[in-house]
Amino acid sequence: MLNINCPYCGDRSQKEFAYGGDGTVKRPELNKEVSDEKWNEFVYLRKSPRGKHIELWHHIAGCRQWFKVQRDTVTHEIFKTAKMNEEIK
Amino acid sequence: MSQSYRLKNEGLINRNKEIIFKFNGKKYTGYEGDTLASALLANGVHLVGRSFKYHRPRGFFGAGVDEPNAKLQIQLNGHSEPNVNATEFELVEGVEASSQNCWPSVEFDIGAINNFLNRFFPAGFYYKTFMWPKSFWYKIYEPFIRKAAGLGIASVEKDKERYEHKYEYCDLLVTGSGPAGLSSAYSAAKNGAKVILAEDKPRFGGSLLTDDVTIDNLSGKDWADKIITELKEMPNVIVKNRSQVFGYYDHNMMVMFERTGDHLNDKPKYTPRQRLWYVRAKEVLLSTGSIERPIVFGNNDTPGVFLSAAAKEYIKVYGVLVGKKPLIFTNNDSAYETALEFKKQGIEPIILDTREEQSSELIDSAKNQNIQIKFCHAVISANGYKKVRSAQIGKLNKEKTGFENLQTIECDCICVSGFWTPTVHLASQSGNKLKFNDDIDAFIPDKSKQNEKSVGASNGTFTLKETLEDGFKTGFEVSKNITNNNILTSTPNSNETKKSAHDKFWCSPLPNGKNYKRFVDFQNDVAVSDIEVALREGYRSIEHVKRYTTLGMATDQGRTSNLNGLQLVANVEKKIVPQVGHTTFRPPFTPITIGTIVGREIDMEYMPTRKTPMHTWHEKNNAVFVDAGAWKRPRYYKQGNESLFEASKREAKNVRDHVGICDVTTLGKIDIKGPDSAEFLNRVYTNAWLKLPIGKARYGVMLREDGIVMDDGTTTRISENHYHMTTTTAQAANVLSHLEYYLQIVWPELNVNVISTTEQWAGAALAGPKSRDVLAKLFPNLDVTNESLPFMGYMEGDLFGVKARIFRISFSGELAYEINVESDCGLYMWEKIIEIGKEFNIQPYGTEALSTLRIEMGHVAGPELDGRTIPYDVSLEGLLSKKKDFIGKRSLQKEAFNKNDRQKIVGLVPTDKKSSIPEGSHLVVDKNAKLPNPKLGHVSSSCWSVENNNPFSLAIVKDGKNMIGKKLFAVSPLKNTAIEVEIISSHYVDHEGKRVRS
Ligand SMILES: [Zn+2]
Repeated sequence: MLNINCPYCGDRSQKEFAYGGDGTVKRPELNKEVSDEKWNEFVYLRKSPRGKHIELWHHIAGCRQWFKVQRDTVTHEIFKTAKMNEEIK
Repeated sequence: MSQSYRLKNEGLINRNKEIIFKFNGKKYTGYEGDTLASALLANGVHLVGRSFKYHRPRGFFGAGVDEPNAKLQIQLNGHSEPNVNATEFELVEGVEASSQNCWPSVEFDIGAINNFLNRFFPAGFYYKTFMWPKSFWYKIYEPFIRKAAGLGIASVEKDKERYEHKYEYCDLLVTGSGPAGLSSAYSAAKNGAKVILAEDKPRFGGSLLTDDVTIDNLSGKDWADKIITELKEMPNVIVKNRSQVFGYYDHNMMVMFERTGDHLNDKPKYTPRQRLWYVRAKEVLLSTGSIERPIVFGNNDTPGVFLSAAAKEYIKVYGVLVGKKPLIFTNNDSAYETALEFKKQGIEPIILDTREEQSSELIDSAKNQNIQIKFCHAVISANGYKKVRSAQIGKLNKEKTGFENLQTIECDCICVSGFWTPTVHLASQSGNKLKFNDDIDAFIPDKSKQNEKSVGASNGTFTLKETLEDGFKTGFEVSKNITNNNILTSTPNSNETKKSAHDKFWCSPLPNGKNYKRFVDFQNDVAVSDIEVALREGYRSIEHVKRYTTLGMATDQGRTSNLNGLQLVANVEKKIVPQVGHTTFRPPFTPITIGTIVGREIDMEYMPTRKTPMHTWHEKNNAVFVDAGAWKRPRYYKQGNESLFEASKREAKNVRDHVGICDVTTLGKIDIKGPDSAEFLNRVYTNAWLKLPIGKARYGVMLREDGIVMDDGTTTRISENHYHMTTTTAQAANVLSHLEYYLQIVWPELNVNVISTTEQWAGAALAGPKSRDVLAKLFPNLDVTNESLPFMGYMEGDLFGVKARIFRISFSGELAYEINVESDCGLYMWEKIIEIGKEFNIQPYGTEALSTLRIEMGHVAGPELDGRTIPYDVSLEGLLSKKKDFIGKRSLQKEAFNKNDRQKIVGLVPTDKKSSIPEGSHLVVDKNAKLPNPKLGHVSSSCWSVENNNPFSLAIVKDGKNMIGKKLFAVSPLKNTAIEVEIISSHYVDHEGKRVRS
């Protein structure tokens, strides 16, 4: 069970969170033309990297904030967590 | 009763408390502090079971978690538990133990014929023998395997014991209370760290209980007692015995199994039987020690063959002799300690040492005490069937590949030592890739992946002095990094006997012409020949050899067999062990009970039960409940002998004719506030929301980004920047997360806040032609006429002193309202409505009638919004705004979503107007067509239409828009029905929607 540092609440057990997928996906802007290819990529295509991955987690049994987690998909090591308006490099 | 193998004075058992127990129906006595194993051995009982595959007689081999054989069925306090390790089970009054895997008895076991047919049971015999024909599986092979394999029998009774879970956090978790664990825990605790020290056994001290050493001028045991006493008094320390740390999970999550009540005859009330600890430790010190490994020889599984350290432990801890004519067989010094212990008790052991004649402190002291030692000797085979009677021994040739002169010597037990294997299971579980240490012929931990460190024997450090130094130092350093304290505890002086190097001899060769079974893995009955077969057949990877032969796959996780198995593979393959590699260790280290894993999460504690504020009223009025997620909802209110069908028909009809009331508290409710709320709703829903006036509700549909309908519901504008959204009961949590996702991640610039208010409001739906009459009487001061409160209107009012929200919305196709009050007042509201509605023939209705009403009017719900339908499919395309963008809109351009013959919702009536159509039926043109019969669609919802008094269903069917008037068959292979149906509009009641607006 992972130990996740919610940027709002601090260290909490994984039990309190829901996984939210790739944290680098940007939704195409509203009311703008989007090609089939781009839209398809946004809706369906996700990378599954081995190693460092920036992903979204949602503190559903806590503060209910979405935030970013940089995690190693092999070792589960968490390098960093950040609020949505903060960058992880 | 005898206990003829019990020593007079030795041991840590409580001789003042005698315990009577039964084994295989016979009465025996033991003492408090005994294990089942030590008590049986005290009585001279060695034969405890039959082996897994060959049904060979088996006896005790170890004295703790290393035991591969003695797995017993235990009966205690009216329940039965299989596979209990007799060397760990603490003796309690009244326990009845019995052997497993033998029929009709352990003394006479029919399955033992397998032993004489063993050429038919080679490695991989399950794979080979039971492959075909397939039809033999259920009737012949499986029952045979089950009966023959027959480990213990799981109880079918409900487990009445109490189990608990506990969460704990600490700076340092120390696993094992031997010299390494005690010293590191003590020095870390002295330096201010929050420490948990876990010991698997009932007694603290590990090897200090049996080794002849002194620390700080105290005996090992006395020093251990002193340290434990001190640790127990420290407020920053938790000391736990009977607690096995069995799992090392991510981020230093350690899981521990505590046997809280198993050893107590009278457990205090509420004391659990066992407890599972989840410990999140900043640092973990693994002081799990080492386990002696055997030397492999012929018939080495005969009862009476022991690990030499186990024999010593039986003497020192339990005061029990495992034999009175011991033969000690060793490749190293430590077995000499066992010999000396025997000698101390007046027993004359004989030592066979595979090494050349040499001198060391221990060897010399054995010589000085006139113990007979035969160097360069090995046991070839044990003789005796149910018990060792003698041993065939021989002088090893120079290369140690054969014997020079064979002889038989009498003995009643063989204590074997093939050196020590560090217990690296937890380190391996943590992700530590192990490395092979040539000096000790075993794997030790390498680089840490998590915050863990191994200390002492588990790290390959076998001297007390180094272990203590390492323990005190590591405890200090680790704690210093956490506490920033600098209190250094100095290492006490210690005394131990020095040991000389061990011999790499691990397996006795077979003399010419002999074909003794030499077991590597006792628990899974894997012999040297089995592994050789696997290698001959081409298995190379150790992981494959393991699975093919089942080597090391039993519940003992190969504790005594792994390394010998690797040695064998390495020898045959002409490799060295590190090239062969090791298999992966996985939790749990020792078996744990299912009850502990489950904990208190059973019966009604399995998950929370959500009840509406009106629940007690429903109960009093004969509601039959149905689960909706965690909610309990009335399915129908039973009157007399009514069936579900009759009751729901009555309730639905009463709504159409008069007025009904339904508890709709469970609907998801979300409060939305903020200046950008309208804009946000406009993006979330498919229809237009910018111009919704205050005091009005609107029906909305939301999509996922892939264009599939996610949920529907009404949202009401309470005031300028305040909206009240409803969702379906099932989707409430998902919708909230969905809204939060878009607000926090996609459009953080929108000034909107959302929060769930599902539990803040109790809701009652009032539906039927008389509902306005009831409403008017409920709110005499309000103008609830059609003009003042029209369809989709909203008002607030005072319901006999309680503030209420009134929504004119309908889910039934009738004139209807939904009234919300604060949850605390829900029951009050409900009773008032029932009281006032009496004169209008009000009746409560449950979810079954609710479904009937919504199906009849063609209102889609869960079965239609099944995660596969787009708005067009469920005839909600009218709600798709062309003027604005919204979530999922772009996906609706997909070609497949715009095909001319796209599926669409329709209504169905059986042509005979009688047969009800099972939900899930497939729609086909020809009911007799050859399989696979082309499917045009499926029946999503079915009801008995109370309006038209015949069955009616909703279905989603290909080219639905052009199918009206056609006839198809609804076939259900499950129910074996094929019903001719006519396709009609999905709106079966009030096509023009006049009633809801009346
Ligand atoms: Zn949080």
